[in-house]
Amino acid sequence: MDPENVEANNADEKTADAKAAEAKSAEAGTAQEKITEKIVGEKTAAPLVDSRISERTFRRMNRRELIKLTPLIALGAFAIPSFQASLLKKGLGFSDWASARLFRSGHLAPTFTDSELTPFAKFPINGYDVDDPGVIFENWNLTVSGAVKSPGDYTLAKIQTLPKFRQNTRHVCVEGWDVIGRFGGARLSDFLNMVGADTTARYITVACADDYYESLDMATALHPQTLLCYEMYDQPLTRQHGAPLRLHIPTKVGYKQAKYLTDMKVTNVVEKVGYWEDQGYSSFYGL
Amino acid sequence: MSGATIEIVRTTNKGTDDEKTETVARAVYEHPLAVRVCHWLNAISLFVMVGSGLQIFRAFPSFGAKIPQKDLLNWPKSFAIGGWLGGALQWHLTFMWIYIATGVVYLAYQLFSGNYRQVLFTPRDIPGVWPMVRHYFFFGPKPPAREAYNPLQKHAYTSAIGLGVPSVLTGLAIWKPVQFSWLAWLMGGFHWARLWHFLVMWAILAFVFGHLIMVILHGWNNFVSMLTGWKKNPDYD
Repeated sequence: MDPENVEANNADEKTADAKAAEAKSAEAGTAQEKITEKIVGEKTAAPLVDSRISERTFRRMNRRELIKLTPLIALGAFAIPSFQASLLKKGLGFSDWASARLFRSGHLAPTFTDSELTPFAKFPINGYDVDDPGVIFENWNLTVSGAVKSPGDYTLAKIQTLPKFRQNTRHVCVEGWDVIGRFGGARLSDFLNMVGADTTARYITVACADDYYESLDMATALHPQTLLCYEMYDQPLTRQHGAPLRLHIPTKVGYKQAKYLTDMKVTNVVEKVGYWEDQGYSSFYGL
Repeated sequence: MSGATIEIVRTTNKGTDDEKTETVARAVYEHPLAVRVCHWLNAISLFVMVGSGLQIFRAFPSFGAKIPQKDLLNWPKSFAIGGWLGGALQWHLTFMWIYIATGVVYLAYQLFSGNYRQVLFTPRDIPGVWPMVRHYFFFGPKPPAREAYNPLQKHAYTSAIGLGVPSVLTGLAIWKPVQFSWLAWLMGGFHWARLWHFLVMWAILAFVFGHLIMVILHGWNNFVSMLTGWKKNPDYD
């Protein structure tokens, strides 16, 4: 601020110097720096000097400038163990909030040609616990509850009466790897329509045969590429990939796409966000 | 605005007939407060972004296929921040906002204050690059200094600040490959965006390495100038 004045008034040397000197001593908080004023009257030799000040004033000026940086120490709170967790949680929460704002219902995830598909054998199998929780297919139902008109058990055959959609989309893991797979199933939005879900509710939560659990924001649940997936590469879903029914959501990272679904709830309140989210992963993680 | 010059004087025998005033040093106001705040904010956030980024990288230290996976680099955990992937993501997704905000404020300040002239490498600086390189690396004579930054310095700073932009854009392409699918596409797809993000980090680290060496070589007054703004006894007029 101060040096700005100095530069601006440079043309008129004598008055500029006087002003600068005044400003300097005012900034330094000294009553009167007589020395400066005394010298200002003299002719300044080259090089151009905006003002002359005593060593004491210079030290004080420097200290002042240094003190202006002290608010940066507040960032040190991140290093204090008792603050760290809650600060990082807030930071992650802000990122999730921003992610939800960035999500566009009508924006489709890129799709790929069949030749771009990762071979099925190279599609990684990722489970948090077991590769196969041993679901007995004959007894399997999807139990729907919460803000729906028709709660109850839905068989796979019932879900398969809904229009089938197939899409070649990218599956991105939180770890950083990605594969392009071919997924088939019913749109979750169609299923929510079938069960008479209140789509003004905020979340869908799901529970799985392997005790995994997840939650999904309604906007993503209604996205046209969000599938109740029962096919991969045009074949029935294998046990390792989540048979008989899994979520496939190309607008979300992998861990949101729960396998071996058993229960679904439409709700405004989420008690447990998700298995990984409860360990510290992002709740929204939209791609 | 930077550039104000002062003379630091000492008065002896004050109040007597023998009163004498002598100049003991010169000082130049090189770094406005906004620049200093941004510099240190950036130093902190860059440190966290690199540390947590390397921990994130540890989760899949490769740029190829998942099956079979060929690890590129097994970065030691002790040189990373966050402890595990989830922890590192928390750091990364928190400090990225500080990193981005700092960059935006810095660029806006430089542009509107006109202070960018001090840093920005322009074609005018090209002829001065070679003499500086000769001086630093081949024991050539030191070219006379005319302003706060020599042409090589301007080149380094302009490049480093310039790298901030792709560091954010490649990060966005990895974080939101669907919402910013066009960005990922520009970078050659998700795979390449991830690789670019990694490479941009190393380019920035290369700058930081050189920068730290130069800071050590140029001594205390130079270092203090980034704290107080004032550089005592600069090597230019």
